[in-house]
Amino acid sequence: MLLSLQDVRKTFGGLAAVDGASLSVGSGEVHGLIGPNGAGKTTLLNMISGLIPPTAGTIVLDGERIDGMPSHVVASRGITRTYQNIRLFPALTAADNVLVGAHLRRDAPLWRRMLFLPSAAVEERAAQDASLALLARVGMSGQAGERASNLSYGDQRRVEIARALASEPRVMLLDEPTAGMNPAEVVAIAELIRSVARTGHSVLLVEHNVKLVMDVCDRITVLDFGKVIADGTPTEVARDPAVIAAYLGGEAAA
Amino acid sequence: MSLESLQDIWLTYQSTVAFIGLNGLLALSVYTTLSCGQLSLAQAGFMAIGAYASTILTFHTGLPFAVNLAVATLLPALVAIPLGLPVLRLKGVFLAIATIGFGEVVRLFFVNLDFTNGALGLTAVPQRTSMWMIYAALGAALFVLWRIRGSRTGHALEAIREDEPAARTMGIDAARYKLAMLALGASFAGLAGALEAHYTYMVSPSTYSFSRVVDMLVYAVVGGTGVFYGPVVGATFLTALPEVLREVSSRIGLAPGPVRLFVNGLVLLLVILFLPEGISSLPRRVRGALQARRRARAS
Amino acid sequence: MGQQIVNGLFLGSIYALFALGYTLVFGVLDILNLAHQAVFMICAYAALVLVVHLHMPMFVAFPAAVLLGGILGMGVDRIAFRPLRGRSDSNIAGLISSIALATILEAVVSQIFGPDVERFPLGSVPTRTLHIGDAVVSELQIVIIAIAAAMLLGLTWLLRRTRLGRRIRAVAESPKAARVLGVDVDWIISASFFVSSALGAAAGILFGLAFNNVAPDMGRSVELKGLAVIVLGGMGSMPGAALAGLALGLLEVFTVAFIGSSYRDAVAFGVLFLVLVLRPRGLLGSAALREA
Ligand SMILES: Nc1ncnc2c1ncn2[C@@H]1O[C@H](COP(=O)(O)OP(=O)(O)OP(=O)(O)O)[C@@H](O)[C@H]1O
Ligand SMILES: [Mg+2]
Repeated sequence: MLLSLQDVRKTFGGLAAVDGASLSVGSGEVHGLIGPNGAGKTTLLNMISGLIPPTAGTIVLDGERIDGMPSHVVASRGITRTYQNIRLFPALTAADNVLVGAHLRRDAPLWRRMLFLPSAAVEERAAQDASLALLARVGMSGQAGERASNLSYGDQRRVEIARALASEPRVMLLDEPTAGMNPAEVVAIAELIRSVARTGHSVLLVEHNVKLVMDVCDRITVLDFGKVIADGTPTEVARDPAVIAAYLGGEAAA
Repeated sequence: MSLESLQDIWLTYQSTVAFIGLNGLLALSVYTTLSCGQLSLAQAGFMAIGAYASTILTFHTGLPFAVNLAVATLLPALVAIPLGLPVLRLKGVFLAIATIGFGEVVRLFFVNLDFTNGALGLTAVPQRTSMWMIYAALGAALFVLWRIRGSRTGHALEAIREDEPAARTMGIDAARYKLAMLALGASFAGLAGALEAHYTYMVSPSTYSFSRVVDMLVYAVVGGTGVFYGPVVGATFLTALPEVLREVSSRIGLAPGPVRLFVNGLVLLLVILFLPEGISSLPRRVRGALQARRRARAS
Repeated sequence: MGQQIVNGLFLGSIYALFALGYTLVFGVLDILNLAHQAVFMICAYAALVLVVHLHMPMFVAFPAAVLLGGILGMGVDRIAFRPLRGRSDSNIAGLISSIALATILEAVVSQIFGPDVERFPLGSVPTRTLHIGDAVVSELQIVIIAIAAAMLLGLTWLLRRTRLGRRIRAVAESPKAARVLGVDVDWIISASFFVSSALGAAAGILFGLAFNNVAPDMGRSVELKGLAVIVLGGMGSMPGAALAGLALGLLEVFTVAFIGSSYRDAVAFGVLFLVLVLRPRGLLGSAALREA
């Protein structure tokens, strides 16, 4: 397994947001993570990406423990992400946002640029072309020069995915990438996720859109009150009585 | 105009010209840390370190001035690193306060140092700074900042300024970049301190007080921190302004000191309220407004 | 020894008053009001003018100048902070605009009064001295400590027991939530500035009396000391600021007595710096305003 979590816990002042969750993601796999609001999905992604340390448990990426590592080191090991509440760099253009995402992939020492070496200019050109290509891949080539804060909600989510892809991650964490999108846009994202997996990246996908999850995921883990209540292929999970109870319970309460 | 009167004008204003260069360099030193979203107010402390280090070398060694300047540039950067390691974990206002504390500690260190004549400082420092050195230093600082902009480093700095946690999840080692910028800013301040000491013939701790950092910050903010040359624009404007004001205030019979203070404060207030990107953004704004009007008329 | 303690408490109670105002605004707005020192200075001048030129007795001039301080504080909020609210960099922008305002006010005062030190006339304050144990205490010192203590108690009562206090605490906790609950947030912020600046004004007048010294730049060193105090006490913590103010006063007096007067200020900033590096929360956490 490429990424595996063992008994991971996170408590906030006595309240367990994630309560002993285990799951694993294989190479090239699209793994769904679903659960009612407040189940602890975002908290789990925050721990994987190193934004917050787990209270207990281990997170292993390709044989190396990454829990407790600072987030930029986790990124350098091959995990990048998008955010449920979009966190682009608002004053930068879409293209520059993606260029920042490529930070780890670029070999551009400053001294070369200071000396006006041609190799510096060549590298910059290539990096810019690559980021434009990524924007094209998410269907955003028309707005490369637009400030991120001026983009629509759905467009911002696409730029975020391009930014995460720019580091060529081994595992990409997507936190509700289709929230606020219309059905046509959702179809495009589903296709994009599949193509990302085909090129060898693993995806851990948090989503409320059940149809999307069923369509694109190879495996699904269901979280409720911080605990894993089901884990399996989409068909297995859909039939699981605990999952049905959790979702119906949630709806009945709502 | 005769040659003599030109010479007179130059003699009258040459120190203003020198101070425009020095203040520009100091404003850039504040801007450098600000460019990744960190407000460091330790700059007067770094300036003091550069000034004292170079002056001590001048008095006690026969080293060439270039070596003294190099020491004054490097030493503050070396001090900035152990300072920054703990302090840069602080955010916003807390960082500002901690660096104020550091600046005052440095100043009070020199006040209590008998070796450099305590609170009185050292006088009769030989004048070794010439005008071209000041502007060469300013040009070098501008060059470095210009080349950083748009580079991989420059993008990383912008990302840290906009959203540090998000930048870190993109693999940017924010702590290292912030430390590097603090050190770079410190070296600009140290160099300016050394050049100033050897221009004004003196070093004394009172030159490096909190109000000196406030001046630097004011230059940077008034000029604008959106572009790397903004702080120099601000320093030029606010250093030249008192020369004009001196004339005016003597005509209307007010003391020049308070008038200068008043106008500085007023300009700063107006800029922060109505022109948050500083006066260097004025041409762009005016052009934008003109274009909008032309478009409105065309349609 | 006893003498040192009395002197330290005396100096410390002025620091505490100054810092309480500082930290109140920080607790409510997360903003450092660097114009606080200008209010401190102006109100010392105001009291001086009322006593010297309008021949008011001190017990009338003091409250009048404190009231003026409060009103000035509301003005500071209106000019330097309210227009910036909602801007993304509002806490650094606010820091700078308050510096601007402080500069303007200091310039006006030095234009009017000149750079020289002014003094209260003889007889405007009590000058008798008492002996407590081996310490000599002036009546003035006792009055100053008493006024500071009374204002501290008054502030605690205000924050804990009154409707205004509860609302100030609600806004400190979360301006958004308070607005939803129907609190007029802008008004509460104005009121906080009033209270904060009134405390700063009182500190300024007492400082002017204590050292019989009123000058346009008298606020500057106290401003930096005030920063040390609120950091030491924990930003936004009222009891912390009071305690840390007294502690700094004592520390300075003992430093002068046992190390030397030129190290007096170094101690304050050394402490400030160490606290921020070792324990940024200060002595009493940062959420203490809510429990005040
Ligand atoms: N920083 C925090 N401090 C305190 N509690 C937190 C924090 N972050 C999350 N929580 C709590 O942890 C629980 C899990 O939150 P989390 O955001 O992980 O849920 P989620 O599954 O992502 O929900 P949603 O579907 O609404 O995004 C919630 O009860 C939340 O209030
Ligand atoms: Mg979530």
